[in-house]
Amino acid sequence: MVTIDAGIDDTVTERLQRRSGTLLWLSAAWIVLVVAAALLADLLPLPSPTDMDMLGRRMPPDATHWLGTDGLGRDMLSRIVFGARTSLTVGVVSPLVGLVLGGALGMLAGYFRGRFEGFVVGIMDALLAFPPLVLALAITAYVGQSVFNLTMVIGFLSIPPFARVARAMTLSLSRREFVTAARALGATHARILSRELFPNVLLPLVAFFLLAVAVTIVVEGALSLLGLGVPPPQPSWGSMIGEARDSLDIAPRLAFLPAGVMFMTVLSFNLVGDALRVITDPRQAAP
Amino acid sequence: MKATAAGRLPMGQPLLRVEHLVVEYLVHGHVVHAVSDVSFDIWRGETLGLVGESGCGKSTLGRAVLRLNPAKSGRVVFAGEDLTLMHGEKLRRMRRRLQLIFQDPIASLNPRRRIGDIVAEPLLIGGVRESTERIRRVRDVLGAVGLDPDVTMRRRPHEFSGGQCQRIAIARALVLEPEFIVCDEPVSSLDVLIRAQIIDLLENMKARYSLTLLFIAHDLAVVKTVSDRVAVMYLGKLVEVGATERIFRRPAHPYTSVLLEAIPLPDPTAKLPSVPVGEPPSPLTPPSGCRFRTRCSLAQTRCAAEEPALSEVAPGHFSACHFPLVA
Amino acid sequence: MSAEPLLSIDGLTVEIPTARGQLRAVHRVDLTLAAGGTLGVAGESGCGKTMLSRAVLQLLPRNARLQGRVMFDGQDLTRVVPKVLRRLRGKSIAVVFQDPTTSLNPVLTIGQQIIETLKVHLGLNGAAAARRSVELLAAVGIAAPEQRLRQYPHQLSGGMRQRAVIAIALSCEPKLLIADEPTTALDVTVQAQILDLLAREQRRRHMAMILITHDLSVLAGRTDEVAVMYAGRIVEHAPTTLLFADPRMPYTQALLAAIPKIDSPPHTPIPNIPGQPPDPTRRTSGCAFAPRCRYAIERCHGQEPGLSAPDPRGRRHACWLPLMNSPQPRATIEDAR
Repeated sequence: MVTIDAGIDDTVTERLQRRSGTLLWLSAAWIVLVVAAALLADLLPLPSPTDMDMLGRRMPPDATHWLGTDGLGRDMLSRIVFGARTSLTVGVVSPLVGLVLGGALGMLAGYFRGRFEGFVVGIMDALLAFPPLVLALAITAYVGQSVFNLTMVIGFLSIPPFARVARAMTLSLSRREFVTAARALGATHARILSRELFPNVLLPLVAFFLLAVAVTIVVEGALSLLGLGVPPPQPSWGSMIGEARDSLDIAPRLAFLPAGVMFMTVLSFNLVGDALRVITDPRQAAP
Repeated sequence: MKATAAGRLPMGQPLLRVEHLVVEYLVHGHVVHAVSDVSFDIWRGETLGLVGESGCGKSTLGRAVLRLNPAKSGRVVFAGEDLTLMHGEKLRRMRRRLQLIFQDPIASLNPRRRIGDIVAEPLLIGGVRESTERIRRVRDVLGAVGLDPDVTMRRRPHEFSGGQCQRIAIARALVLEPEFIVCDEPVSSLDVLIRAQIIDLLENMKARYSLTLLFIAHDLAVVKTVSDRVAVMYLGKLVEVGATERIFRRPAHPYTSVLLEAIPLPDPTAKLPSVPVGEPPSPLTPPSGCRFRTRCSLAQTRCAAEEPALSEVAPGHFSACHFPLVA
Repeated sequence: MSAEPLLSIDGLTVEIPTARGQLRAVHRVDLTLAAGGTLGVAGESGCGKTMLSRAVLQLLPRNARLQGRVMFDGQDLTRVVPKVLRRLRGKSIAVVFQDPTTSLNPVLTIGQQIIETLKVHLGLNGAAAARRSVELLAAVGIAAPEQRLRQYPHQLSGGMRQRAVIAIALSCEPKLLIADEPTTALDVTVQAQILDLLAREQRRRHMAMILITHDLSVLAGRTDEVAVMYAGRIVEHAPTTLLFADPRMPYTQALLAAIPKIDSPPHTPIPNIPGQPPDPTRRTSGCAFAPRCRYAIERCHGQEPGLSAPDPRGRRHACWLPLMNSPQPRATIEDAR
């Protein structure tokens, strides 16, 4: 039955097709490329990212070093590829922690309400009140710098935003009649949460997750730039930019190459996450 | 089973007995008296129509009967067992015998699940382990409501119209073969032709599955078509109960009379509907005594001082009024 | 009537591109309405009646394609510049929509919303507009209007909100009021009050009105003529008394038969027809109603019947086998051959 809002009845694939411009496909392709590079870094025929060559510092691109070398003679391309590994590890695993723990807490809070909800919301608000970068700095200073520590700290800090989104969605969904219908059938709480609510909350949470990935990559980059993220000699886009500060007048590409790659990656996650959000949200709102 | 002229089946126990049910809830710190001391019986095999305007509490009452809304006080006895005393697993198992159909058919179905899963859900909850058995029963009930299982089962709710979604919702309510179904405005959001189809379907299903129905609606003509007996509700109270024909032909309560006269008739030569006076009062502050007195042309001082109880004005015909229209 | 009709719709077609194809919401509609007259438009959801009312006001979605003409008070609304349209909307043509909750701005008071209209269209200053607003609210039957002006929509009941919407619509003395399902969301007692109010105001202001609804009972006795729509087309158009007493189109007959009768005994089966209206994105050949029509013959499936020319009593229908002599249903197809 079609009413005035002619677009409401489209399926997800139809709407996806409509929104897909070339830009979206390029973004998705870039993400695939970066992820593949990060995963297969060891297998690729690249020079070691940590081998220094004091005689060949800041070399322009040539046959052996496709993107040239950095301030310590290390191969740029290789460092960028291995840097992708670092950035993506932190960038994907941290929000994943937030998605799983925050999403679960948010859903439970929004479903059960009452004192439990008040308790969870209070803690989340308290966590959100902390300036995240400062907190991350303080904790890494205490427990030491490593990829693992960094991932856990950022992951922990990303729990409140996910909890908020999950709780808000659950609150509005619980009022919908298909949830009442499930209760009327005698479904247990576990069943309602897993069969009725979770499938509806999942897609918007995933959209939010992709946006969180973008933010996390930047956060990791910022921390590494300040020298407080991933410790050297492990490459990270942020630390590469930081190290290139001294060479900006002689060889600006040392900063712009990792910055450019980071920019493209963050932009791609943003675009894909946005497209996913647009597809899923109006469907939730359609009566 | 047809009702006798008195409106009651000469049996022992009613299938559903509601006693002094009270439902209140808080809105912004104010108490809303949604259902105030309502008692009635529903006999096996009959359809009790519950009619009233928005805010009268009929939907709240329907859900409270199924214990989907918490009741402040009162009892709901189903087939001899007190539902108000049940909790947890016992109550959940009881739910299979009492089902609910909603006003907005599309909203009552989970948009992300397939129809086959939605209709099979009650069977899963009800402990039917064999998937072949479940599929068979889902296919049966979808066919019974007039849908082709092969075409329907793999699709999602948004691919169907309102009328078809209501059929699916009815199928879901029927798949466990319950005894009692609360129909909460099941056709109000449907167009007139589809409405007629669904009413027809409900009547057929009632006969086929030997159901007892509580049919809640604000459209009197629809209620008249499906009900054996009718209960009229105003601002949380039952004001009139009786056999359908009798209530419509000779209403005892002034409010019923006002409702009947306000219905537009599909006849251009007929008299235009009478225009009632005033706005319905708020359920936050119901009037003292008889709640209808602020809009009643027959109201006198007694009506403000003393609340009229539901009393029998004729065999099987009850009215809550100090000055009923019929003796 | 020798006077020019106030509103004259000529061959109006509205098409909207969607992901599933071209949606034809309105198909070659011809309608006229005299000044002060009342036209009822009836049909089920998706029949195009709302799109029709929007087309009159040129309030269609941006990607909609419109063909045909809409002549209002001598001007072709499909051809005028947006500035002229803005001046007409709200002032000469007013609309009341179905859901008063969404047609009122929830963050503005009732008073602010009426006064805004008065200032824009009539150029009244603050004090004059406030005075007029109080008069208007009182005219639509809202008690204690000065207090209500200061209240927000959510503080009013559904019936009062709809009255407020009507007050806003009538504030600039429009020549034409389009009421799109004005009482569908309201209780039957409030519905009677609102319809009565609309009729009263219409008589007082000599205003033309188009009353759109899916409930034919609402139109009986309140309209001069009724047009029945199906699948974007007008399938029957007749003076109200004739339409109800003697429908020509089987769809109209089905609609009338499907209304539950208040004086039938309980459990009387309601006559209904199976199926549902066609998908407006699919092109149909022949009559759009043919798949559901029990009188359909081969011609009905192959060739689309246009709306006939008006007969001596002003009736038009779009049917190859119009019903004759109601209330008896027409003879079977076999008898006709």
